[in-house]
Amino acid sequence: MAQQVFVCNEIEMKDGDVRIVRQDRIEVGVYRHEGAFYAYRNHCLHQGGPACEGIIRGKVVDIYAEDKSFVAQTYDDSEPHIICPWHGWEYKLKTGECAPDPKLRLKRHDVVQREGGVYVVI
Amino acid sequence: MNIITPIVRDPNAEQFDTSRLLAHARQQAEDRKYEDFMIIDVDSHHYETGSYKEIFDYIDDPVMRDNFKFSKGQTLHPRSTGGYQEMAGRITRYQHRATEQGLPGAPHRDIGLTRKWMDAMGVDVACIFPTPMLGLGLNPVIQVEVQYARAYNRWLTERILAEEPRMVSMLYLPVNDPDAALKMVEDFGGRKGVIGFLVTTARYKPLYDNCYMKLYRALEERGLPIAFHSATNWGDQGMNISNKFIAIHALGFSWFNILHMTNWVVNGIPERFPGLKSIWIESGLAWIPFVMQRLDNEYMMRSSEAPTLKRLPSEYMREMYYSTQPMEMINNHSMLQETFKMINAESQLLYASDYPHWDMDLPSTIYDLPFLSQQAKRNILGESARKLFKLDTLIAPEKKARLKARGVAA
Repeated sequence: MAQQVFVCNEIEMKDGDVRIVRQDRIEVGVYRHEGAFYAYRNHCLHQGGPACEGIIRGKVVDIYAEDKSFVAQTYDDSEPHIICPWHGWEYKLKTGECAPDPKLRLKRHDVVQREGGVYVVI
Repeated sequence: MNIITPIVRDPNAEQFDTSRLLAHARQQAEDRKYEDFMIIDVDSHHYETGSYKEIFDYIDDPVMRDNFKFSKGQTLHPRSTGGYQEMAGRITRYQHRATEQGLPGAPHRDIGLTRKWMDAMGVDVACIFPTPMLGLGLNPVIQVEVQYARAYNRWLTERILAEEPRMVSMLYLPVNDPDAALKMVEDFGGRKGVIGFLVTTARYKPLYDNCYMKLYRALEERGLPIAFHSATNWGDQGMNISNKFIAIHALGFSWFNILHMTNWVVNGIPERFPGLKSIWIESGLAWIPFVMQRLDNEYMMRSSEAPTLKRLPSEYMREMYYSTQPMEMINNHSMLQETFKMINAESQLLYASDYPHWDMDLPSTIYDLPFLSQQAKRNILGESARKLFKLDTLIAPEKKARLKARGVAA
């Protein structure tokens, strides 16, 4: 049966932080981003790597001129990606969707904030 | 009631450790009971850069030795275009591995680091190759290839292979100097842990040239396989119109083996040296049916150009060996299954991780394929390589402990 597992006190996680919570055989990555909390199964859909233990980086976008000639690349920080450290598979931090194939998605877990604590439902 | 206390950790505050990075690989190994059979990894790597100081001391030529020491190894890479394998920090092991410690009690740091990933994945024996050396065949100074290859092979056999029975290698051949390559086989062919010899295929020597016949004869006589390990070469006149590493890597790692395989077959090398076993490494699998079909089709029209052949090109290719990684496996199970059939995968395909490189494959990439029998999985993951290299069965201590915990005799 699902239960709320204590992660940490809210003040202990700042924007950009992640905590890995292991309960029995299930591992979940809990993120704080722009004040909100997100949690996903720490299991890459590629080869089972620790998807939530890599870096976070904005989506890379190509910039084109009006005539469609290439100008440069930049990061779109409004769409941060979770990146699996084994092979680089990328997932959208806000939805868990696999960036190049939205049919694939990390399993999402609910996060509950109460009495100054952060809990993840596992 | 059994209450399990949750564990909470901050991965960004932890010291990098291969065993932790690969904790999920260890879980896969336990879940799939890899302790029940031997796993051989025919293509894995270490970073010889971490041992440059030791290796440079093995260079015979004192002038060359100083060149290597003072250039800190740049002598090896006059055409370097590197810097993309680590994906700008996304593959975390690239930036952190240099500071990682080996294992206490291990005879060498490289042995300790290698044991860590082998134990996590459930690999019992690993065939180890270097990393930057894969491009050494492109060095315009032939003596650099010859001198460094000899130094590396001496270092590897004396400092690593002599100390660790779970690590073996197919030694680098300095192919740009055929006599030096032959001498390498003569001098090192009988050393502990040497299970064959390696040709890196990012190079521009025709491997069907008459100058290599003594080399192939020497390998055949000793029963030692020849392996062809591909690589990228961004400086290639064709490849250098690509501007992204994804293109260079996707094409290059297949291309150089496509080229040399084609020359190998149409020049009848398998007919001239029927006892010489060849292994084609790190080109994935999709290229093999492509080359088989192309060559068979052309051969039926132009057999007079390849009169040494007595069978279709694909029939020779079906008797060669291939390493699994990097296996193309996105939405293509029916194609993959057909490819396995075409190459006689149950006897000719050999598992390779390529760890620690960025596109490594775990044993589960083979073990979890739904169309393979249990015996086929075991063959690909280890048994076929064990027979090919005439290795004794060896089960790693960690896997033996798991067997013992299950009450199974090792």
